[in-house]
Amino acid sequence: MTSTILELRGISRSYAIRQGLLGRKVRFRAVDDVSLNVEEGRTLALVGESGSGKSTTGRVALGLEPPDDGTVRFRGAALPEIDSPAWRRIRTQMQMIFQDPLAALDRRLTILEQVREPLDIHDIGPTGEREAVALEMLNAVGLGTGHATNLPGQLSGGQRQRAVLARALVMRPALLVCDEPVSALDVSIQAQVVNLLMDIQDRMGLSLLFISHDLKVVRQISQRIAVMYLGRIVELGETQAVLSNPLHPYTKALVSAVPVPGRPTHARIVLEGEPPNPAARPSGCAFHPRCPLARSECASDIPQLTVRRDGGAVACHVVASGKVCA
Amino acid sequence: MVMREPWANNLHPDTVSPFTIPAAMPPGPLLAIQDLTVAFDGVSVLRGIDLSLDRGEALGIVGESGSGKSVTWLAALGLLPSFAAVSGRVTLEGKDLLNAPAADLDRVRGGRVAMIFQDPSSALNPVIRIGRQVGEVLARHQGVSGGDIRAEATRLFELVGLPDARRRFDAYPHELSGGQNQRVMIAMALAGKPDVLVADEPTTALDATIQAQILALLTTIRTETGMALVLISHDLGLVAESCERVVVMYAGRVVETAPAQEIFSNPRHPYTQGLLAALPPFEGPLRRLVPIDGQVPDPSRLPPGCPFAPRCTKREPLCETAVPPLVQAGFGRLSACVAQTPSYVRPEKDRVLA
Repeated sequence: MTSTILELRGISRSYAIRQGLLGRKVRFRAVDDVSLNVEEGRTLALVGESGSGKSTTGRVALGLEPPDDGTVRFRGAALPEIDSPAWRRIRTQMQMIFQDPLAALDRRLTILEQVREPLDIHDIGPTGEREAVALEMLNAVGLGTGHATNLPGQLSGGQRQRAVLARALVMRPALLVCDEPVSALDVSIQAQVVNLLMDIQDRMGLSLLFISHDLKVVRQISQRIAVMYLGRIVELGETQAVLSNPLHPYTKALVSAVPVPGRPTHARIVLEGEPPNPAARPSGCAFHPRCPLARSECASDIPQLTVRRDGGAVACHVVASGKVCA
Repeated sequence: MVMREPWANNLHPDTVSPFTIPAAMPPGPLLAIQDLTVAFDGVSVLRGIDLSLDRGEALGIVGESGSGKSVTWLAALGLLPSFAAVSGRVTLEGKDLLNAPAADLDRVRGGRVAMIFQDPSSALNPVIRIGRQVGEVLARHQGVSGGDIRAEATRLFELVGLPDARRRFDAYPHELSGGQNQRVMIAMALAGKPDVLVADEPTTALDATIQAQILALLTTIRTETGMALVLISHDLGLVAESCERVVVMYAGRVVETAPAQEIFSNPRHPYTQGLLAALPPFEGPLRRLVPIDGQVPDPSRLPPGCPFAPRCTKREPLCETAVPPLVQAGFGRLSACVAQTPSYVRPEKDRVLA
């Protein structure tokens, strides 16, 4: 039985935006009542399109942003207040990497300096050994000592993402939140980084919250998956089960949109309508204006995430009523 | 689940398509590229591209960043900056494009050959209403003027499935979503009634469900109008689905070309095999991904022989000294690999168009 390392309960987070130059401010909910668990040593994938709230969820999970509602618990304890000494201590165990490695690196510091930096900031280990620890981590991510004195500009995209990973892992974190870590990389480099993440997870027992829109990569790397649409989780379950037999109409469309060589194009579900706008969230089920199965109650009542017999959960009135064959 | 083709209705079967191909077509391919080379500051980035495109064909171009897939088409259409040294031959129905006078080229670009790019919002002028931007193409290439511009632009917006087309004529690009702006770009491309649409990563910046809409739209327009489509993408799966024939590029060369289904079921070139092995499967059992060793070579420091040789698992001594030419490797297929060409040394005149 695996234990839960990170637990989000009823998380909501809203932002105020001004509509138009002189318009009044309106609040919109980027994340609305999201609950999920990351299990120790396993990978939970968070998927959805832009505006679905997946990155905000990742930031709230790390305590980079406070939730308006709900709680985040790391190893059973609530996250301390942001910027408190206790929070800083706990943050060494939770790290994050982003899509664009060049933006995450300091262009004027060598790779070795950047990987060593977190050890200095958090004062971890004897000063004399820190360089050796940093070098060891560079080796572990497949960046030989030859690259240690390079500046980020001298590395390829894949090497930069490895450097970012080394810097996150040098603290020996228990949890790594990855926000689209391979989206900007070519397929071959992407394969290297995905393999690396999986190997390191095996070796270090790392838990991953993997935020991505790429269902092929998600299928490869994660054991569980949560699908988000306009701030809410619409489907949750074992990755293999959800991707091979998606139940929510949105998940179905998302799965069918993955280009697979050899699969006939006409089998694709092409959704009508525009991508969701978080600032103008439709009433009821946010997906109903684009949903081919929508009926009257979908426009008025928000469907709740209902756990199914197989352990998965779906938030859909039509699926819940059993009037659709899976 | 209902399958929908929302745009099919917009192309009314009774109306005569303005794109109808004339009955008497000149023989030969619609567009041919022969031995196209491009160098920036003496560094050669495109090293002898041979390609042909038939009328109405959907051709996919794949390769990693830096393989030259975009530069090929920018060079063919004379869109590279003046410091780029371009040589070779590019012909549209037999007429040379590379040395064409500027005025002729202006008629071709946006008229007979249109191009759309990855980021629609940076390709549109942010301070001009979208209707006027489409109108500009209509005025230049179709001689449409006055009130007809609004009517014709609205028709095009409806054709590409832009919601509320009539009112959107007066919208600015920032008022539209990324997917809608890409539709505007496609409408603008179609305004010139092109014979060829070159789409460079047209859906990379878009969300998955919107990508599916745009691809369905391009396929519908292509089948309805007989326009040829060149789809440049790093996504092999996407190209396999939307194209009939695929060209794989590596380090400024074509390394393999084949019908789409065959290139995925039976790739010949080790680079194509490597790209497919690196791709996570979406069906069937999970397997460990197999990345291609090393990285794309720096164009200023290419290896002397086959550019892929240093990363190739099937490397032979010959690969390190001689660049293999693109030769026949099965019916309708070409490959540039020593392993597939036992009678390797061939005279230059045997060169074939990919």
